[in-house]
Amino acid sequence: MKDWPLWEVFVRAKGGMSHRHVGSVHAPDSEIALRHARDTYTRRMEGISLWVVPSAQITASDPAEDGAMFDPAEDKIYRHPTFYSIPDDVKHI
Amino acid sequence: MASLPPIDLPSGATGAGAFDAPADDAHRAVRFDYLLRLGDDSLILGQRLSEWCGHAPSVEVDLSLANFGLDLVGQATHFLGQAGAAEGQGRSGDKLAFHRDVLDFRNCLLVEQPNGDFAQTMARHLLFSTWQEMLFGHLIASTDEQIAAVAAKAVKEVAYHRELASEWVIRLGDGTDESRRRMIDGLDWMWRFVPELFEMDEVATRAADCGIGVDVGRFREDYDNRIRAVLAEATLEPPADQRPILGGRRGHHSEHLGHLLAVMQFLPRTYPDATW
Repeated sequence: MKDWPLWEVFVRAKGGMSHRHVGSVHAPDSEIALRHARDTYTRRMEGISLWVVPSAQITASDPAEDGAMFDPAEDKIYRHPTFYSIPDDVKHI
Repeated sequence: MASLPPIDLPSGATGAGAFDAPADDAHRAVRFDYLLRLGDDSLILGQRLSEWCGHAPSVEVDLSLANFGLDLVGQATHFLGQAGAAEGQGRSGDKLAFHRDVLDFRNCLLVEQPNGDFAQTMARHLLFSTWQEMLFGHLIASTDEQIAAVAAKAVKEVAYHRELASEWVIRLGDGTDESRRRMIDGLDWMWRFVPELFEMDEVATRAADCGIGVDVGRFREDYDNRIRAVLAEATLEPPADQRPILGGRRGHHSEHLGHLLAVMQFLPRTYPDATW
């Protein structure tokens, strides 16, 4: 219905994994939103847990400010943990 | 249906026909009749709900109703398949679903009632799924392993149906003036078909006696309490009791079922060799 608010849907695929954003549903309230999410996004056994969040509650970065937000990370390749050699006797890392 | 001419009985014969019917056949007949009821309830309501496909108030509700329908058609596939096997005349589940005439259907009258508006559909679904969940909950203990297995799987599906239907009845009843009026009208339409759900006729009694079925009277009070609790949360009064309408289990259906079957059976009857 056009006056129903939008809810963002997050699905946990299996135990130990984090919830992942999968899409959105319209619903009059959170209880119905959860059921709509179940009927829309977990029909094929995609998940074992669901979150719904009012879309209006999400604060998003401004695409117009992509440059200032993300470009400075571009040349900081030393932040990737690929420059360290791991000693052979370190097993669990 | 044409009826047979009366038979002149020889003197001394009762005509009761029970003289040498093996107990095994009697059990098989009860099992067939009982499975047909279970299967037809699910099949007809599943077909009804599929009529909403593409017409529901929103795409999310469209999916919810289609999911309900698919759950129910899946149950019908199991029950009617088993019914065909129990009958032993070589009829498959599809044959029973698509090549039976309206008088031979054994579903309750509630499930064949028209969808009406969304409120009427939810009224019907609350009244039916609450009952079906309790029925399946008891059928898990059926002495018939196949019925028990289907019930164990289906009870979870139907528990969800009951939950979602309850949520909608509560929201529509306790919603706007219009949604409340529509919810009251929907319940009013469906209410007279509830007593049939709790009718214990000969087939139901014999099925319960031999352990494959359930005495539905055992959960009548629980059912009434649950429905009343949902209506109370929806700020609705239970409708006034109406004259109960019975007969679906004997093939005495409302005019609505024929129209439903015409749509459902058209393709397999017109193109008997069609496959997909």
